[in-house]
Amino acid sequence: MSSPEAGLLVALVGNPNTGKSTLFNALTGLRQRVGNYPGVTVARKSGTCELSPGQKVELVDLPGLYSLAAASPDEQVVIDALAGNIAGDRRPDAVVIVADATNLLRNLFLASQVAELGRPLVLVLNQADVAKEQGLRIDAELLSRRLGGVPVVLTSAWKGEGISDVRRAIARALTQQTAMRRVAWPVNIVGALADVAAAASADTGRPVTEADAQRLLFDTNTSTAERLGWSVTRREKILRMARDRVRNSGYNPMAAEPLVHYAHLRTALEGVVIEGIGKASRTAAVDGLLLHRVLGPFLFAGIMLGLFASVFWLAKFPMQWIQSGVDALKGVVAAPLDTMPMLQSLLTDGIIGGVGAFLAFLPQILILFLFVGILEDSGYMARAAFIMDRLFSWCGLNGKSFVPMLSGFACAIPGLLSTRTIEDPKARLATAFVVPFMSCSARFPIYALMCAAFIGPVYGAGWESLVMVAMHCVGLFFAVPVAFVLTRFVLKVKPQPFVLELPRYQMPKPRDVLWRMWQNAAEFVSKAGTIIFAMTIIVWALVYFPRDPSVAERVRVAHAGAAPEVIAAETQAAYVEQSYMGRFGKAVQPIFDPCGFDWKITVGVLASFPAREVIVSTLGVTYSVGEGAKADSQHLRQAMQAAKWVEGPRTGRPIFSLAAVLALMVFFALCSQCGPTIATLAQETGGWRWAAASFVTMTAMAWLAAAAVYQVVIRLA
Amino acid sequence: MTPLSQLLPGQFGKLASLNPERGVDQRLMALGLLPGMVLKLVRKAPLGDPLAIEFAGQVVSLRLTEAENLIVDVAADCPIQRPAQP
Repeated sequence: MSSPEAGLLVALVGNPNTGKSTLFNALTGLRQRVGNYPGVTVARKSGTCELSPGQKVELVDLPGLYSLAAASPDEQVVIDALAGNIAGDRRPDAVVIVADATNLLRNLFLASQVAELGRPLVLVLNQADVAKEQGLRIDAELLSRRLGGVPVVLTSAWKGEGISDVRRAIARALTQQTAMRRVAWPVNIVGALADVAAAASADTGRPVTEADAQRLLFDTNTSTAERLGWSVTRREKILRMARDRVRNSGYNPMAAEPLVHYAHLRTALEGVVIEGIGKASRTAAVDGLLLHRVLGPFLFAGIMLGLFASVFWLAKFPMQWIQSGVDALKGVVAAPLDTMPMLQSLLTDGIIGGVGAFLAFLPQILILFLFVGILEDSGYMARAAFIMDRLFSWCGLNGKSFVPMLSGFACAIPGLLSTRTIEDPKARLATAFVVPFMSCSARFPIYALMCAAFIGPVYGAGWESLVMVAMHCVGLFFAVPVAFVLTRFVLKVKPQPFVLELPRYQMPKPRDVLWRMWQNAAEFVSKAGTIIFAMTIIVWALVYFPRDPSVAERVRVAHAGAAPEVIAAETQAAYVEQSYMGRFGKAVQPIFDPCGFDWKITVGVLASFPAREVIVSTLGVTYSVGEGAKADSQHLRQAMQAAKWVEGPRTGRPIFSLAAVLALMVFFALCSQCGPTIATLAQETGGWRWAAASFVTMTAMAWLAAAAVYQVVIRLA
Repeated sequence: MTPLSQLLPGQFGKLASLNPERGVDQRLMALGLLPGMVLKLVRKAPLGDPLAIEFAGQVVSLRLTEAENLIVDVAADCPIQRPAQP
């Protein structure tokens, strides 16, 4: 969306790994806004850049790309943004091309394509310090002359060098409309482009630019034709004729664009770069170690284990602080409200509890993004994908699916957010869909409670730990076939070739990494926060209401003479039993009967849909041991061990048989019981469709698997 | 003439032909891999797939199945060059 002030708009475009975002941060000084482009899950990052005192422009950082022949949504956004075809966004008044000074030829291909749009340009040759270290001397003035007078600026954004030159060059581009010299197309291609433009314009009645005609003629991708609304039959006939014309001039129409541009650029670059003696790049040597056939996988496992351990363990401390802060706040708020139990419960259990449950995710998100940022900016992320790709490619994912899935074992939210590093939209969606299957840390309490109460005491510690490990694998076991089916049969998105640059290793810039970490966290809080909050309040109300005082009276009479804690716990249990949630749980218990769940477990399962970790404290309430039950609570274990069926064919037998215990754990391993995950999935996939599909798939799988486990084990045991 | 997928790590070859109709080949052309260019198979991933190839001063990874259509002339055994800087 455009900013309210209708000032000038300047777009930043460049290949990935050129330091474009570092330059963007340096130019805007972190005065940035992050939004979304309409209809796609591509972030729009923009900021205010002060060119000279008093002269401000809006700078927009477009996604990195190698070519305007768009294949992914990110790349399509760049084309549409540059041409001014995005609803609500202006056409840029000038374009800054960021190129890697150490590999000018390849970087200038994109610049040469952008020059075809005829916008005022600035060419920034970034990482000039690295080029100098490698012994490359670049004659910026000669290059500027060769390219028709377009400003060429040498910078080192990492070190903050040359930034003010960029500001001056942008100001010059805006006043002098400095265009870059365009490529001289062979006469037959000029004719073919004119034919396409004329036919498309006549058929659609809309203006068709030369740049549009190039995309129509050179690309197999049809998004430009779809935007213009050019009918398939007409289009195919015209394009076939035009491509034949290109072929007659000796060019394969699909290869003509790079061939002509690269030939043009080779001439333009002649004598611009002088290769002297410099230090050889260390990247090859480091790769010799990190991608070594034997050592590489070990180092990879070590790095990933370190990442996982940090997300899992480092986050524990701030999470505990948040938890104790929330508990303390609850105590402070609760004390003066003893006479108003409804308001007290709403504030403490509903509002403070809800906000706290969701703030607890922040440490994991921040830590994961810190590490993902370091891995990406250093260049290792591409190597990690290179090492892991073989294991993921057969089921339609790719090497970049690994980090999101691994972090899913700590928490699905940061895992989902990190799927943004996957360029291929098909693999990105499939990865986001399977991340919630990974056994996150919130599933741990229920495994721990069940194993400690029913597996350990009966079968020994060996079986207890084996069951724990098995439960962590259940989700993965289901996720792989889900990914396979999804990418093979459901997703109609065209798969992308896995062509991945292994960039030069670089020291990450702390400011960039921290800033990105902060932006991701802020986006999560603002977008998912409200939804999670609403869901928590709804479930609180369902468990709280209606609250008839006669219930408490009945409990007092029935338990006359008992200790006050016992009466309090029994009252709580009685309230929950007759709450809307309790009644609903009893009503739907038959659905969960094949899994061996009684109505108390059913209430626990239902109340856990916004946040699965609630199950332990809910069981604490329904089994009358009071609120605040923990996984290691002795009372809860004893109450559950003693629980027996009171009606139906199983009357008198224990509720928590081995079959029911395993079924309950399998159910929690698979079920979609996390409001934040659903909200984040909707945010990352651009709508509620995939979030709903995930919820239904996971919940149905959980029920089926739990029922299967119960029915099989009950017959064997 | 051999498919790129059959090169050994460390071996050089000159790109003889590619298939411009395929998405992978279009991507590689955009990165500057054009017929006649010398490339080197730097290494294979530890599991044998994908491959890392070097050309025009950059290292790029691509899958074995994607490398089958790239035909290289291994007789042209010459050191890797950076055509941008003659």
